[in-house]
Amino acid sequence: MSGRVEFLQGNEACAEGAIAAGCRFFAGYPITPSTEIAERMSERLPEVGGVYVQMEDEIGSLAAVIGASWAGVKAMTATSGPGFSLMQEHMSFAAMTETPCVVVNVQRGGPSTGQPTKASQSDVMQARWGGHGDYEVVALAPSTVQEMYDLTVECFNWAERLRVPAVLLADEVVGHMRERVILREDVETVDRELPEEGEEVREPFPLEPDDLVPPMPVFGRGHRVHVTGLTHDERGYPATDDPEVHRRLVRRLCNKVRKRARRIHESVGYDLIERESDLALVAYGGCARTVLEAAEELNATVFRPRVIHPFDPDLVRRLLDGYEVLVVEMNLGQYVEMIERALDAECVHALEYPGGYPPTPERVIEEAERLQG
Amino acid sequence: MRKEVRISGFGGQGVILAGVVLGRAAAVYEGYNAVQTQSYGPEARGGASRSDVIVSDEEIMYPYVRRPHYLVTMSQEAYDRYAPQVREDGLIVYDSTLVEPNEEHDVEHVGVPATRIAEEQLGLRIVANMVILGALRELTDLVSEEALKRAVRDAVPPGTEEVNVRAVEQGARGVRE
Repeated sequence: MSGRVEFLQGNEACAEGAIAAGCRFFAGYPITPSTEIAERMSERLPEVGGVYVQMEDEIGSLAAVIGASWAGVKAMTATSGPGFSLMQEHMSFAAMTETPCVVVNVQRGGPSTGQPTKASQSDVMQARWGGHGDYEVVALAPSTVQEMYDLTVECFNWAERLRVPAVLLADEVVGHMRERVILREDVETVDRELPEEGEEVREPFPLEPDDLVPPMPVFGRGHRVHVTGLTHDERGYPATDDPEVHRRLVRRLCNKVRKRARRIHESVGYDLIERESDLALVAYGGCARTVLEAAEELNATVFRPRVIHPFDPDLVRRLLDGYEVLVVEMNLGQYVEMIERALDAECVHALEYPGGYPPTPERVIEEAERLQG
Repeated sequence: MRKEVRISGFGGQGVILAGVVLGRAAAVYEGYNAVQTQSYGPEARGGASRSDVIVSDEEIMYPYVRRPHYLVTMSQEAYDRYAPQVREDGLIVYDSTLVEPNEEHDVEHVGVPATRIAEEQLGLRIVANMVILGALRELTDLVSEEALKRAVRDAVPPGTEEVNVRAVEQGARGVRE
């Protein structure tokens, strides 16, 4: 890993990762605990020829990002819980129009305005199902400041590969802490596939095969493409009355992500520390730091996914079948529901820990010992 | 080696920056692992603002300070709140211009008149945070003097590097004498 060594906040590292990934447009409405991302982007983007816009609200922010993306620019916004809620209309629109973009959600306690300065992981389900309709996104959860940098790059790369909104599902723990980070120079970046310039794109939204990611036309380059949130046929024109068109369209929107779940998990990576134990701890994001420490003390196996969505039940089954599993998360039980789907639900337990801080390692150890009787 | 440090005082005294400088010195210039966290929001605006740093030669997982080895404190309220949390074999470094120590806390104390040194010797009250950071370094050897000075130069506003480095030196001298 070569690059400049820095001591930064996770949010600052996220902004640097975005620049390194090729992001040249940011529209946002600053909100705690994500504000430092907007702040740093406002300084950095003009230096690299990019554009920063402070919008009137979060609805407009994601709308502007979607527009920038269709103009051929890698674009991002950053927010927290309440702002993420406001963005859901456009998460759904971005999914339907197959617009690559990155949405950072530095989660804080909710519902509603909740705990602005405190940590939470209660938007796990919202990241996937916050908007209406059948769609899939990619959502990644960083546990270190280095991962705030690296996984921001991964979010851009998967957004570009799959033409989906990608969510960096961060939390206040990693957003605000400072750590050493290497601002890598050897970042691998991915650019969306484009049609030939000036080429007339007759079928910008093919319906088959069901996992296809079509090349993305760029506004202003002569492709004459119609883009709509309505159910559309291959040509991009509304076809709202044909059940078969709708079925095939939403199946492809989902399958282009679902069918690549294993590839995404393998490419982004996960931690699996196997120990001689019947107990496996599962955690992600800032909360995983507690759990990694507790697992060492308990001599327990630990699984830390970086990819939250799409979930890969086969992978989880392969790694964790046969263990008593304890899922630790800063909410009242969200990721644990996915784990329950993959494993024998009777073997899956939860330490649900909302409130603003991750549990201490001692708290996790206590819970594990109680579980083991 | 794993040391937990809490730097505390009023909002506006630069306790956050002092923690960032210490963490940077350890992580960037000494090759240690370091994690810095801080109080936010209303918590950060009163008289007990804090900046926590963990320095270790091993990986730091749980990122929060639980029982500080070292407490640096620049306000009475912060002293009163955080002194009871310091480990028995720990050390409290307090700004003796502003803090009256309490004999009930049976932990080693070192008083440094950081605010007075900043005002009288450097002509700039606002560098008291660097004075007391210099004193902490001298007492604990957490990072080398060179590493700390380099981190100070990186982190302070441009044009103020020299006065901040001198503040670190004066703080060290203050505890040597």
